[in-house]
Order: sequence, then structure tokens, then C-alpha cells
Amino acid sequence: MQNITVNDAVGQALAEEMRRDARVLTFGEGVATNRRDLLAEFGAHRVRNTPLAEGIIAGAAAGAAAMGLRPVIDLLYAPFLTLSMDAIMNSAGKLRYLSGGQFEFPMVVLARTGAGWTVGAQHNHNLEAMFVHAPGLKVVMPHSTADYKGLLKSAIRDPNPVLFFMDMTVGYTPGPVPEGEHVVPLGQAAVLRAGRDVTLVSYSKTVATCLAAAEQLAMRGVDAEVIDLRTLKPLDEATILRSVRKTGRLVVVHEAAAPCGVGAEVAAIVSEKAFAALKAPVRRITGPDAPAPSSWLLEQAALPQADGIARAALELLGAEAVPA
Amino acid sequence: MSQPSRISMLETMMLIRAHEERLAANAGSSPGTCTAVGQEAAAVGVVGALLPRDRILTNHRSAGHLLARGADPGRLMAEVMGRADGYCRGKSGSLHVSAKELGVVLTSTIVGGELSLAPGVALAQKMGSSVPNEGTEPGGITAVFFGDGAACEGIFHESINLAVTWQLPVLYVCENNQWQAFVRRDETMPHEQVRPWAASHGLPAVAVDGNDVEAVHAAALAAAEHVRTTGTPYFLELVTYRTRGHYEPDDQAYVDKDELARWKARDPIALQRERLLAAGELAPGELAHLEQRVADTVEAAFAFAQNSPWPDVRELLTDVYA
Repeated sequence: MQNITVNDAVGQALAEEMRRDARVLTFGEGVATNRRDLLAEFGAHRVRNTPLAEGIIAGAAAGAAAMGLRPVIDLLYAPFLTLSMDAIMNSAGKLRYLSGGQFEFPMVVLARTGAGWTVGAQHNHNLEAMFVHAPGLKVVMPHSTADYKGLLKSAIRDPNPVLFFMDMTVGYTPGPVPEGEHVVPLGQAAVLRAGRDVTLVSYSKTVATCLAAAEQLAMRGVDAEVIDLRTLKPLDEATILRSVRKTGRLVVVHEAAAPCGVGAEVAAIVSEKAFAALKAPVRRITGPDAPAPSSWLLEQAALPQADGIARAALELLGAEAVPA
Repeated sequence: MSQPSRISMLETMMLIRAHEERLAANAGSSPGTCTAVGQEAAAVGVVGALLPRDRILTNHRSAGHLLARGADPGRLMAEVMGRADGYCRGKSGSLHVSAKELGVVLTSTIVGGELSLAPGVALAQKMGSSVPNEGTEPGGITAVFFGDGAACEGIFHESINLAVTWQLPVLYVCENNQWQAFVRRDETMPHEQVRPWAASHGLPAVAVDGNDVEAVHAAALAAAEHVRTTGTPYFLELVTYRTRGHYEPDDQAYVDKDELARWKARDPIALQRERLLAAGELAPGELAHLEQRVADTVEAAFAFAQNSPWPDVRELLTDVYA
């Protein structure tokens, strides 16, 4: 097991996949500047800087993908994706279908998001649900360092367009990653902690918050199961339903706002398919429906907190004397 | 590759015109049809200058580009009518037809979408000799067709800037047809032509009479040769006019009748026909023969499309993902 940062895990995944498949190339704003090791190994044809023009970066990726290349583009910050949505949603996501399967769009879009860097609303916006809502796309948002590597390798090998969201706060935090080939399939959630009383479902940074809440709950004698979705589309419904049928209680946690979010989708799936197992209403704990503030204190206040998650779980259990 | 003869260019333009007018006459069965009537010289002159290894991206007025590339009129009509024998098995309709076997990578109905994808297609063409990717052969270029409307999109500049910066083999073909949906071009652009915008990006930018198929073809041959030998982009503007409406049906009540009449007097098919008759290269009897052959082809295509089955409803959810 190696102890490396998320940035290094992403770099390893890119280098290994570029070595494995000559069709893989990467471009974006500062890619050749910031990934000099890739530039040195693979050359300026496969590692390219671009203008700060997100529309054409994504469009060029879609065009290259249609022709059989496998581009990985870096659009830096998730809000910039709005400038690239035509190419991603209207072209990459739809043209396989519209062409009757003649053309495929094997491309990966990297973007960073998440509170913690106080960069404010035009650099931090959890947009993942918008892409989940668009047909033809896949959406990945890892939590663990190992998953950053393993899921990115799967995303690069996938014949469909994949949005790969990275939480910007974890980039420099070391974590364990298996040595050698490490591939994590898309569409499989991870049960990070088994429990029988309540299911906590999350993805990305707030998985850690759920694990902390589970620790608090354990001290109250409550056994929480924690699920890391890892992939938002395709969504691993089976793992969610299996857990809720066991625990009968569900709290969904994410940093993105609630309306039409991933939490709403998970809650709807559970109410449609496991209603009989529910012993209490599904709860969502999310960020506010407001632009991300820059001030550190306000930014932290927008984040789901372990205390709040634990309190919600205790309420579902009908526990008295919920901690303040 | 042998270049199309003067007569075959005329016949292909006639085929495109007859094909589109047949669909327009049956607008009820071909929803969303946007014709390029009046612009046939652009499609025939440019596509005729391309090689099989070249790739094409086009827009919602694509039938001419596809037919000039050799598309089967029956399969094209079947696609427009949503039938199973269409190029995209009925999933595209009129507005997004692609045909891999013809090197037509996509038709974008998002105005400018084709400009967005073009550099990537050309990048694959450029890297194709060193990377095993499907659909490329060494030396291929990417021809992208768009209108004056798309030139007003920011992606026009993003696309050309990237193609110039990355030295990509893109042939930009602007069909300046004077109309942007229901808006006159001169309401949205300060220039008569798009060419000055393109030229400011530092690539060769040429404008020609888009209604003279031989002038278009000569310009396209020179343009394609430049892109092929230098591996760098080129901008070719074809000044023409959309003589039917934005889509079918459209009564064109918003069009200046005198202006329309002036452009119809410069009809590209009539121009080429009179030129060949005057030169004695086409006898009146031969012309009648061509007209009959085109009419028969289009009627057979329409019958084929009408008789093509609807897609199986199970196709609804296929091809979303690989």
C-alpha cells in the first residue's frame, strides 16, 4: 500500500492509462504546465494546454472521442462546466443515441468542487446532479484516495462520457492506495461501515462526515451503516435498497443543495422500492439552496456536519434527549 | 480521385433540389425539415473537392452535404421520416443525421455545435497516423459546414483560434445564406461577410460566389489542398441565399419579395444548366434525360422511405450507452 495524495492518485491513473492505450490523451487549462511528468513521458501531442475556453475544450474532446480517441479534459472548477455544457450534454451525451450507435464518446471530464478553499460561488458549485439528469452521461464523485485512482481508470476505459468530480479540499491529503494495477468498477457503491439501525448514504467529502456521525452514534449505542455511492450514475440501487431493507431508516447526506439533488433521487428510489421496510421518513441533510459563500465561517456553516447527521439519525430512531 | 464533371455537378444539384422539395411537399411526414434550397452549389462544389478519407461535420441544413457525399436518398428520407432504414435507424430525424460509412461524423442542430466538435475531429485526423483510432487515414482533413448564424456564436472564434493554435487540418466552410432562422443577417452583423472575422485569426480566408458551383469547386479544391499540404486550417466563405423558409412549412411572409426574386434569378442550378447548354456540353435532350433520372430517383427514395418500417419500440432505450 502506498500513501499518496489525491492529485498523485489522479496522475498515476492518467499515466498508467496513457501507457496502456495510445488513444488516451489529456488537455485543458494548464494540463501541460501542471502535469510535467506526463508531458515529459507522452509528449506535446498527448498532453496539451488549451485557451481558457471551456466550450471548445469540451467540444474538441467530443469530436476527438467520436473519432476514436479517448480524451481526458480538465476543466478546473465545476462552475466552469456551465460554459461547456453544450458539448457535454447536447453532443457527447446525445449523439451516440441520435446516430443510432454509430459513434461513441469515450471521454472524461475532470472538475473540482467542494467547500473548504473559500474560493466562492464561481469556483465552487456542486453541479453533479445536473449531469446525472442528462441522458448518456456517467457521473463519478469519489471519496477515498484509492477510489480516485481506481474509478478514474475505469472512467478512462469506459466507452461513454464520464463526469469525474473531485473535491478540491482533498487534493493534497495523503491516503492509502494499493500498489500496482488498481481499478474500481463504475456503478458499485461501497459499504464502509456495516450497521443495523440506520443507513447513512453519501458521496465525496461528506462520506467522512457520515463516518464521524456513525462514531458519535456508536457512543449512543446506535449502529449506523455508511454507504459511499462512489458513482452517481449509474447508481448502485441494489446496495442502497439492501441496506435500507435491513435498517429501515435512511439519511442521505451531500454538500449539494437539496432540490432535485442526488438525495432526492435516493429518497425516491427507496420510497418506490422499499417503502414497506421504512420505519421512519427518509431524511436529507444537504447544503443550502444558495450560492457558495467565500467567508470561511459561512462556507463551513453550509456544510453538513456530523452532529446534525447524528441528530437526524437519532430522531428517526425516536430517541429521547437528542444532543443539542 | 477523379473530380466531378461539370455535368455531374449539375445532376447532383438537381438531385438535392428535387430531394428537398419532395420532403417539403410532405412536411407533415418529415417534421423539422430545414432545407438548403438555393445553396446546392455550396454542397456540391465543396464536397466534390474532398477525398474519402476526409471527414465532414455539418448543420441542420445537411441533406445537400450528405447527398453530395453519396448518401442513399432512400435511407436519408427514411431517417427524416423516422423509419428503421434511416442512416441512424430513425433516431436522428432530419436534424442530426450522421453517417459513419460516408465520413459524416455529425450534423449539429445546435447552431455552432459543429464548430465546437471540428477541432477534435481534426485532431484525431492529425494524430491518426500515429495512434490506432478508428475512422482516420493519414492525410485526412475535416470539413465543417456552418452558416452566418453560427459565426455569431462565441464558439466560432474558440474553434478557429484552437485550430490555428494547434495547427489542425480544418476546412471551415461558411455558407453565408443571409438568414439566421427568422432574422436577416444584416440585423445581427456589422459586416456583409464573415470573412473579416475569420481573417483576424490569421488563417487564409477567402470568399466566393456561393451560387456558382464551378467557382465554389475551384475555391474548395485550392482550400482543401492548402489544408492537406500544410496541415493547417483554412476559411472559405460561400456567399449565397436561402430561398425557402427556416423550416417546413414556412410562408416566408417576413422576406422581401424583391430580394428573393433577385436571388432566385441567380439560382445555382439554372446558372450551371444555362452555362452547359450555351457551351454545347449539354444537349436539351440530355437535360431532359437528367431531369427524368433525378425525378425517378427521388420518387423511388420516397417510396422506399414510406415503406420502411417504424423502429421497434424496444429501440427507445438502445444506444443511450455503449
